[in-house]
Amino acid sequence: MHIAIIGNGISGTTAARFLRKYSHHRITMISAESEYFFARTGMMYAFMGHLRFSDLLPYENWFWKKNKIDLVFDHVTRIDVLEKRLYLKRSPEISYDKLIIATGSKVNMPDIPGTSLHGVTGFYHKGDLENITNLHRSISNAVIIGGGLIGIELAEMFHSKNIPVTMVVRDAGYWRNTLPYEESEMVGSLIKKQGIKLLLNTEVREIQGNAEGKVKSVVLTDDNVIECDFVGIATGVLPQISLLNDTGIATEKGILVDEYLQTNNPDIFAAGDCAQIRSPDSGRKSIEPVWYTGRIMGELVANNICRNPVKYKPGIWFNSAKFFGMEYQVYGFVPNKKSTEYDNVFWQHPDTQKSVRIMYEQSTEKVVGFGLMGIRYRHEVCEKWILEETQLSTVLADLSLANFDPEFFRQYEPLVLEQYFQQTGKKILPAKAKNLNAVIKFLKNVKR
Amino acid sequence: MKKIIKLLGVLIFLTGFVIFLLALREQRFTLMPHVVESVIVNPYHKQLIKSVDYEMLEEQYESSEAFVNRLERLFRDVKIVEGLNTKNTSSEIQKNGAPLSEYDINQYIFELTLASQLGGIIVESSWWLRMTFGLMMLGALLYIFTGLYESPESNNAGVWQQSFQNRGLFGLLTGSFLIGFYIVLYWFPLYITSWIHLADPLSRSLNGNNAGQWFLYGAMYTLAILVMGTRMLIRYRHDRYQIFRTISVMFFQTAFAFIIPEILSSLNKPRFDFKDMWPLKYDFFFEWNLNTLLQSGHIGVFMLVWGIVLFLVAVPVFTWFFGKRWYCSWVCGCGALAETAGDPFRQLSNKKLFAWRIERYLIYAILIFVIVMTLLVLYTFFTGSANIGPLNSYDVRKWYGFLIGSVFAGVIGVGFYPLMGNRVWCRFGCPLAAYMGIIQKFRSRFRITVNGDQCISCGNCSAYCEMGIDVRAYAQNGQDVVRASCVGCGICVAVCPRGVLSLENASEDISQRGNIKRTIKLNLDDI
Repeated sequence: MHIAIIGNGISGTTAARFLRKYSHHRITMISAESEYFFARTGMMYAFMGHLRFSDLLPYENWFWKKNKIDLVFDHVTRIDVLEKRLYLKRSPEISYDKLIIATGSKVNMPDIPGTSLHGVTGFYHKGDLENITNLHRSISNAVIIGGGLIGIELAEMFHSKNIPVTMVVRDAGYWRNTLPYEESEMVGSLIKKQGIKLLLNTEVREIQGNAEGKVKSVVLTDDNVIECDFVGIATGVLPQISLLNDTGIATEKGILVDEYLQTNNPDIFAAGDCAQIRSPDSGRKSIEPVWYTGRIMGELVANNICRNPVKYKPGIWFNSAKFFGMEYQVYGFVPNKKSTEYDNVFWQHPDTQKSVRIMYEQSTEKVVGFGLMGIRYRHEVCEKWILEETQLSTVLADLSLANFDPEFFRQYEPLVLEQYFQQTGKKILPAKAKNLNAVIKFLKNVKR
Repeated sequence: MKKIIKLLGVLIFLTGFVIFLLALREQRFTLMPHVVESVIVNPYHKQLIKSVDYEMLEEQYESSEAFVNRLERLFRDVKIVEGLNTKNTSSEIQKNGAPLSEYDINQYIFELTLASQLGGIIVESSWWLRMTFGLMMLGALLYIFTGLYESPESNNAGVWQQSFQNRGLFGLLTGSFLIGFYIVLYWFPLYITSWIHLADPLSRSLNGNNAGQWFLYGAMYTLAILVMGTRMLIRYRHDRYQIFRTISVMFFQTAFAFIIPEILSSLNKPRFDFKDMWPLKYDFFFEWNLNTLLQSGHIGVFMLVWGIVLFLVAVPVFTWFFGKRWYCSWVCGCGALAETAGDPFRQLSNKKLFAWRIERYLIYAILIFVIVMTLLVLYTFFTGSANIGPLNSYDVRKWYGFLIGSVFAGVIGVGFYPLMGNRVWCRFGCPLAAYMGIIQKFRSRFRITVNGDQCISCGNCSAYCEMGIDVRAYAQNGQDVVRASCVGCGICVAVCPRGVLSLENASEDISQRGNIKRTIKLNLDDI
């Protein structure tokens, strides 16, 4: 059997690796973006000089040949689903038996005039990195549209090169459609502390160019004009599905797939950012353009092609990010708005660089989520607590089981308990501080 | 402002460095009778040298080369006289001690040259000390303190985009200077007597004597660790693991490696570094060392027992508890220099699979080499016989000392910092690291834990691993890192932008450490 994969991102690559583990099928992975799989997530570090681009390659170049994964560095122009054939720009056509589409995302360009001017770019593709690397020496003022993860990455990148940055954010706070109020404020004040201008409740109405077609300024919804020679678009991403036009493969926003990641064509699967789950699990979105889900889907799709199919069960939601120096982790359900159904314990360090938020269901006191700023918690411990619907009081007493900060770091769990006491008047005695032995034992116990 | 202070720091440092280089031009030598008296104490040698006519006394020489040439001629004459004497009175030699060997002559030439130097560098020694090491330290510290005004998160910004840390021109120049310095220090110290005299005031204040080449080296080594250790403390002021670890290496170098041996020596006790141990200290079982220790009374015997207990008991026990990091990145002198002065170059270690292959062959080959050599040395010590079959224990130890002790650990180990990273010796050569690595791999509570599925494969951990471990290869599988070579410096933990890594110890699962791959969701067996 010949399995073709369009896209060599985390989903395509994970699929290829597991196909090879499971089978001896012929595997061809096609990408027009880069010759070899690279970690998109580290692009900002390549720009800032923490890494070279070659450091973003998780596998050495011999890896692909050794594992008999054929790489094609070319652009797929058309999929012929009847003939089961792919047409490429430069190379000869490729016939397949099964096809995995893992084309990822494209930048969601806002619908305003001027987005095609020179100096306007998103930050998603390798080409965007090259573009910004080439441009940055001539940039004297940068505007970033959008207050999300890419927005703050771009801001940090320019800030590290001493280029003044203005962030234009539609919501009332940084990443407010995801972060609860306090966390959003923490990041917002951190952004301002860096000397970056953060304009909230504001949108860009128009990007203006000069006679040479280069960015000159942006006009805001409040009619203010900001002079700039670079505009970074960070208003999210959309599934990259233009290749599927007229193929009969069902799409909506993304490529529609069932719980086996199969499209309406039984020989064609989709995984990662481009896939849209028809009926996602409760608490999960139909499109989740995140590195981690891409990896899980890649493994699953490989399994479902050459072994007994398994349903896509992504499990408890998790994500992480870093805002300048401040690390962010989330496990489970941490909504951005207050609700009557859920309550939380929220502790914040006076220096506003650290916080712990534990969400629980009000009626049952079952813990449903953790949100961390500047403190690291153990993924598996939090996941187990949530899966086993552990009571808040148990979680709080054992909280140090979750702490994943490095050795000798201060432990803030007693302060979280103190905060809970002030919030509710209930006193919880912390169990003895936990070491890794206790964690291993805890994780081994299936149900306590 | 920050930029101005930085620039000022660089200028001051370079001024000190230029004066340091110019110090080598200070070359005036005159052999005085009292110098000969104080350097040549062996009565037989004294008698030999008195029997030749050394008209060079009190003559002034303007270059060390001319002076040394003249001394060499002098000793040639001495050898001729000795040859004549030997024919006549070989019984006299036996009465008065060993014949004058090549080694003795080289030693005398070096010591006479060192003690015969005159000029400003001798008279104004503390002025020179201030204008060289003083200025270099001041400049470096000024530069380093500007780090307080930089966020620790931008620690690695631009590392690959400048010449010093990226094998560019400045990196190559630094590497060349270091390599040259080690070659001169080990094999041509005659030409750097001016530098050795720079350390005289420091040496006199510690032990009352003038400096020798190894005192100069020890002082420079310690100062480098203290100054660059300050840099680490500022860079990682947000990270308590790094703070404690850096203070620890600074302390052990200053107290254990530098000051205590000097104090011991001024008390006429053996110069002993209580944290150094076999097989890193490969000459521990050499007969000169055993004899020195055995002849030094209770304290000597204590040192002998201490040295044996360290590698026989302390290493397995501490490595079981904490991994080899307890030594390599908390105590060891080589590690101390690597973790402080070498920190700017950690990213230059090779992460490729082929480097790992070479590493494994090389480091265990050297471990075997040092064990065989030591067995031969002990055989010679107890039997008095130098040969076992074709192997001569004196030849073997000479080659080990030259190839491993000097070329590998010194010239390559430090000289190659700006070329191959700061742990070249520790990774490819150190037999103690090899020994502890075996324990760490199979019998230790230590591992680098990976936090669930959180890795984003960005590559920061691998890039900044000084031991060239591809940490990412483990992290992206959600697999704890259990590797013989990991020295537990904790930098991967500090640079990970998602907080995925942590150095941890646990006894619960020693034999299964690193077996779980957390990001693999579908078990191969359960479908």
